[in-house]
Amino acid sequence: MKSILIKGGHLIDPPSRTDRLRDLLIHDNKIVELGDPGKLNATAKKEGAEIIDATGLIVAPGLVDIHVHLREPGQGYKETIESGTKAGAMGGFTALCCMPNTSPVVDSPEITRWVLSPERNAVIRVFPVAAATRGSMGEAITEYGSLKAAGAVGVSDDGKPVLQDAVMHQALIAAARAGLPMIQHAENTKITVGASMNAGARAFRLGLRGMSVEAESGIVERDIRLVRELTTSGKGPRPHLHVQHVSTAKAMEAIRHAKRAGLHVTCEVAPHHFMLTDEAVEGYNTHAKMNPPLRSEADRAAMVTALLDGTADCIATDHAPHAVHEKEQEFEKAPNGITGLETALSLSIKMLHHQHRMPLLRLIHLMSTAPAHIMGLRGRGTLAPEAFADVVLFDPKSTWTFNARNSPSKSRNTPFDGQTLPGVVKMTISEGRVVYKA
Amino acid sequence: MSPATKSASKSAPKSVPKKAAAQAPQPKATTPPADGIHPGSLLSITQLSLEEVSNILALAERLAGESSSKHATLLENRKLALLFYESSTRTRTSFELAAKSLGAMTTLVSDKSSSIEKGESLKDTGLTLRALGAECIILRHNASGSPYLLAKHTGLPVLNAGDGMHEHPSQALLDLRTILSRLGKKQAVTETTLDGITVCITGDILHSRVARSNALLLPRLGAKVILCGPQQLLPPEAVDLYPGITLERDFDKALQQSQVAMMLRIQKERLAGMQIDLADYQKQYQLHEDRYFKHAPNAVVMHPGPMIRGLEITADIADGPSSAIEEQVRNGLAIRMALLARALNGGAA
Repeated sequence: MKSILIKGGHLIDPPSRTDRLRDLLIHDNKIVELGDPGKLNATAKKEGAEIIDATGLIVAPGLVDIHVHLREPGQGYKETIESGTKAGAMGGFTALCCMPNTSPVVDSPEITRWVLSPERNAVIRVFPVAAATRGSMGEAITEYGSLKAAGAVGVSDDGKPVLQDAVMHQALIAAARAGLPMIQHAENTKITVGASMNAGARAFRLGLRGMSVEAESGIVERDIRLVRELTTSGKGPRPHLHVQHVSTAKAMEAIRHAKRAGLHVTCEVAPHHFMLTDEAVEGYNTHAKMNPPLRSEADRAAMVTALLDGTADCIATDHAPHAVHEKEQEFEKAPNGITGLETALSLSIKMLHHQHRMPLLRLIHLMSTAPAHIMGLRGRGTLAPEAFADVVLFDPKSTWTFNARNSPSKSRNTPFDGQTLPGVVKMTISEGRVVYKA
Repeated sequence: MSPATKSASKSAPKSVPKKAAAQAPQPKATTPPADGIHPGSLLSITQLSLEEVSNILALAERLAGESSSKHATLLENRKLALLFYESSTRTRTSFELAAKSLGAMTTLVSDKSSSIEKGESLKDTGLTLRALGAECIILRHNASGSPYLLAKHTGLPVLNAGDGMHEHPSQALLDLRTILSRLGKKQAVTETTLDGITVCITGDILHSRVARSNALLLPRLGAKVILCGPQQLLPPEAVDLYPGITLERDFDKALQQSQVAMMLRIQKERLAGMQIDLADYQKQYQLHEDRYFKHAPNAVVMHPGPMIRGLEITADIADGPSSAIEEQVRNGLAIRMALLARALNGGAA
């Protein structure tokens, strides 16, 4: 048994709306007590606690990323659960929800348990999202109850949507019964064949086939309609739809209406969708290729607005590592996605806190408390006594220069390489263990 | 290859340092290269200032006008690689003959008869060609933007000989040379050279790199460009390609305003499942004698080739006196000679 006293820091805990100087006492893997500066010194001394000086730093619940690709099983050359969780720790994360589009697909309790095995050497907590349909083929739904029992926290065919109405309908019912969110990658793949960037004038000039706004919003609207039908029918438990990486103002507007109507619809926004527009594709930069694609300035601004007004529930990175040789290909051939764990906090501070004056309390809510809540991760996203001792210490005022080569991630496919960014993670503590120290 | 082979070009400085052995001599660049892209490259027509366009046209004019013996050793012993991932008759042959008439050595690598078939990447193919001594690569590729990748990784001057649905800049230059000579204009261009001239580009605009390169160049010289075609092949966003471009669905109306009619082929290989009613297309967009004489009896008729006679154009028009189609091909040779000389002269034409 081991105790840690984090003292002198500015503590931010969204659930209790704590936003001031407080000391924090950790015992073993749990949070024991919060106290005014100096108040916990005696207890800490008695327990022989290790003292961490957090003067000038923000002390917050560890960040939670509910959308990452850790690539195992099967694609360890891109990332492993070990390397990905280390990159997460570097970015201030203490919990990651990993997507099932691995090889094989995580569609059985066995593979779910494989992901969770201690042999994977995760340095922070991993919560698998299991495939919503067998092999993520969109045809037959998997067994949500047994997947949950094996440790899955949600179901999704991320990378592919569940297209058929009947299958989605069935998935929403089954997920609700199992008490899991049905997590959708909203893309009408029937109208995005061969497309590699946002549709519009730029795609036309670059000679690239475009993904239309409607390819995203159409599926979101369809899914919301299904949720509404199930919710109003009053039969069975209320379904929870979580929309991944929303990128268009139109889809966000549909979600805004759904929320007003009281439906259980949540969504996430990725940092690249509030930082960049499709202008970044110029020169055929494959580090600006992702799905959903970077959109127009109006769409980008709508993502910021949604994060500010609460329509967007949380920030998630869609951390998608790819090997150098895969991204060094013709634009249309290169795989979708960028890494994101290392830079998410800094980019959010830069855009939301600095540029749009979002209070850090709200930012931590979007990056920790809310995502933990969406995925039902109990005892995470909070610094309340009895919660897991998942803590991040960061300096919001100083800056650092991101060098992707120095990341513990196996990949470095990011458009933010070399950028100097605000917000320096000084320490990450996962269940009482220091897993990252600057 | 040894640096000694580089001494042929009279204008080029000698004694290239060993490290730069694979690159062309660099007297001075007209524009600084963007992120490691060699200034002798031509990736997009948009990278050229009008002054550079004029210089290229002037060089083409000179090379086309003088006796071939005068420039037969201009690029003597220089090595050029033609890297073709798509079939081509005009572009490939004219680049090759242009290179040879300047004394350069050429090698052709095509996707069908090389290690590309075995899965070698574009980057590795480019590095291999560079290691074998290629000083410039002429690339045709089915993926838009691939010349950027090749230029970035090889550091060599890369000439875009058509990339997917993106651009075909040498075609725009040879088309410009053709338009200027047909309209009796000087080969030195300014922002007003084509004032009062309307060019309609008709057909499969969506998939056409020729349309893009022309539509991105001609308005800068004062021309009005009308893009014409059915909705399927001419999406509304095409209007944003360049300020002043207009879209017209009615071919007759477009023709009535035009001094130049540029026809395009429907690119079957890029339709990606799209269904085109060819009979209807023919009816609405084919350039035939009746239509021509009724709406634009004096217009210069152009086509980048390959033509599908009987679909977008009829034989009487293609072979008629107003057709500049063969002249376009001839001009291709002159323009490509100029582009090769420019590429191996560090970007100066």
